[in-house]
Amino acid sequence: MDLTLKIWRQKNKDAKGALKSYDIKGVSPDSSFLEMMDLLNNNLIEKGENPVAFDHDCREGICGSCSMYINGEAHGPDRLVTTCQLHMRKFKDGETIHIEPWRAKAFPVIKDLVVDRSAFDRVMNAGGFVSVNTSGNTQDANATPIAKDAADKAFDAATCIGCGACVATCKNASAMLFVSAKVSQLALLPQGQVEAQRRAIHMVEQMDHEGFGNCSNTGACEVECPKGISLENIARMNREFLSATITSES
Amino acid sequence: MSTSNGMTSIARKFFMALSGFFLIIFLLQHCTINMMSVFSSEMFNSVSHFMGTNPLVQFALQPVLAFGVFFHLGMGIYLEIQNNSARSIKYAMNKPSENASWMSRNMIITGIMVMLFLGLHFYDFWLPELNIKFIQGDMTGLNDTGNFRYYEELQHKFHDPIRTGLYVLAFVFLSLHLMHGFQSAFQSVGFRSNRWSPVIQKLGNLYAIAVPLGFIVIAVYHYINA
Ligand code: HEM
Ligand code: SF4
Ligand code: FES
Repeated sequence: MDLTLKIWRQKNKDAKGALKSYDIKGVSPDSSFLEMMDLLNNNLIEKGENPVAFDHDCREGICGSCSMYINGEAHGPDRLVTTCQLHMRKFKDGETIHIEPWRAKAFPVIKDLVVDRSAFDRVMNAGGFVSVNTSGNTQDANATPIAKDAADKAFDAATCIGCGACVATCKNASAMLFVSAKVSQLALLPQGQVEAQRRAIHMVEQMDHEGFGNCSNTGACEVECPKGISLENIARMNREFLSATITSES
Repeated sequence: MSTSNGMTSIARKFFMALSGFFLIIFLLQHCTINMMSVFSSEMFNSVSHFMGTNPLVQFALQPVLAFGVFFHLGMGIYLEIQNNSARSIKYAMNKPSENASWMSRNMIITGIMVMLFLGLHFYDFWLPELNIKFIQGDMTGLNDTGNFRYYEELQHKFHDPIRTGLYVLAFVFLSLHLMHGFQSAFQSVGFRSNRWSPVIQKLGNLYAIAVPLGFIVIAVYHYINA
């Protein structure tokens, strides 16, 4: 396949970036999108140019780092995949492909396609955990019975890989899907109950503080999420948060 | 961002939804009463007189309604500004229609269209009402010939094809607003269930079509009959 790529190039976080056009030839339709990017970078290096910086790690859809806004959609046109799982056969020979970084005030661009997603880490630090006793007297996990449907829903929520596609896709750059998955995975389990109220309040406050937008319930995040995280989680977080605001002692 | 007006994003959307629910209930009532004008001018006149002179309606419900409308409007604009600023650099290439409906993405546009209509509507009916009742102090609801004036005023307004056209157009925007808004409000207050959410979705579509269509029928009926 021969393609024309229009890629966002930006030297550093303070530089003014721009879309730059590249021609690439001989791309295998069986290669992944990131392998196509590797090929492009090889060509650039051979020509003595600067390769395109992009985030990647696992290349099997579990780390969430491969953030790319491809042809107007987070992770490209395919559903339930990350960029590393996107195949070039989803594109047509001779096609022009736009590749941009995630765009959100809370995710500033560091270089080219790489953005700073530490806002997510700070939201997690605000309450996305369960405090446990690490003194060595750890209780057996199976000692606490958990209903199957609650366990399943908690597991589904826990499949969120923190990629940020929900934010990138949302017209408001809202982080509600991510934060609600993280609130839900713990709120659904008995182990998460102790800190449930505090967690909901602090994580939501941190989310707002980072400058993510409000939720308009458009549902775009759910469609573009590589893990199919459901809007049900956002409704749950709304409940958790609203009831915590009314009843919280702290 | 959170504390700029002392509310978190979720609280803002909660109150947006509450004011939306209130407006939904109000409009159902408004549409029902107006529909009477199609069937019986006497019935319409007497209910209008009751609504226009009952102290509970006038001094308890009406201020709540006015607050609800202004709150919804103000908060809608505030949310829009905030949401816009959450992405300062836009995508060069974006395909928003791939993952979300036009209605859900353009609540501010359909909402502002409804707001512009409300301006006209207040000018048409509300300001004259206030003038007659509270400035001229005429609480009788009667015209020069000694009959109730409400039905006659209604007919008079829809004489004008441009005004009738504007009303019809506004209800189309209202319908689009509610196609997304009705079910969205349930999500905002945290209500979602496998059993009930599909029902709410259907009920929302029904409301979003039936109520604006009802208003359109009323406007067109009086245009034809005037
Ligand atoms: C006065 C003009 C209006 C304006 C400017 C306006 C604006 C808005 C905006 C911007 C939203 C979306 C907020 C968001 O999701 O971020 C919204 C939601 C909504 N509006 Fe309106 N609106 C208006 C009139 C109405 C009317 C007359 C009704 C009801 C009959 C209504 C019912 C709703 C409902 C139910 C929602 C959903 C609330 C939610 O998502 O939680 N609006 N409005
Ligand atoms: S909710 Fe989905 S899109 Fe958002 S960060 Fe988690 S996995 Fe990515
Ligand atoms: S590189 Fe890990 S999810 Fe794509």
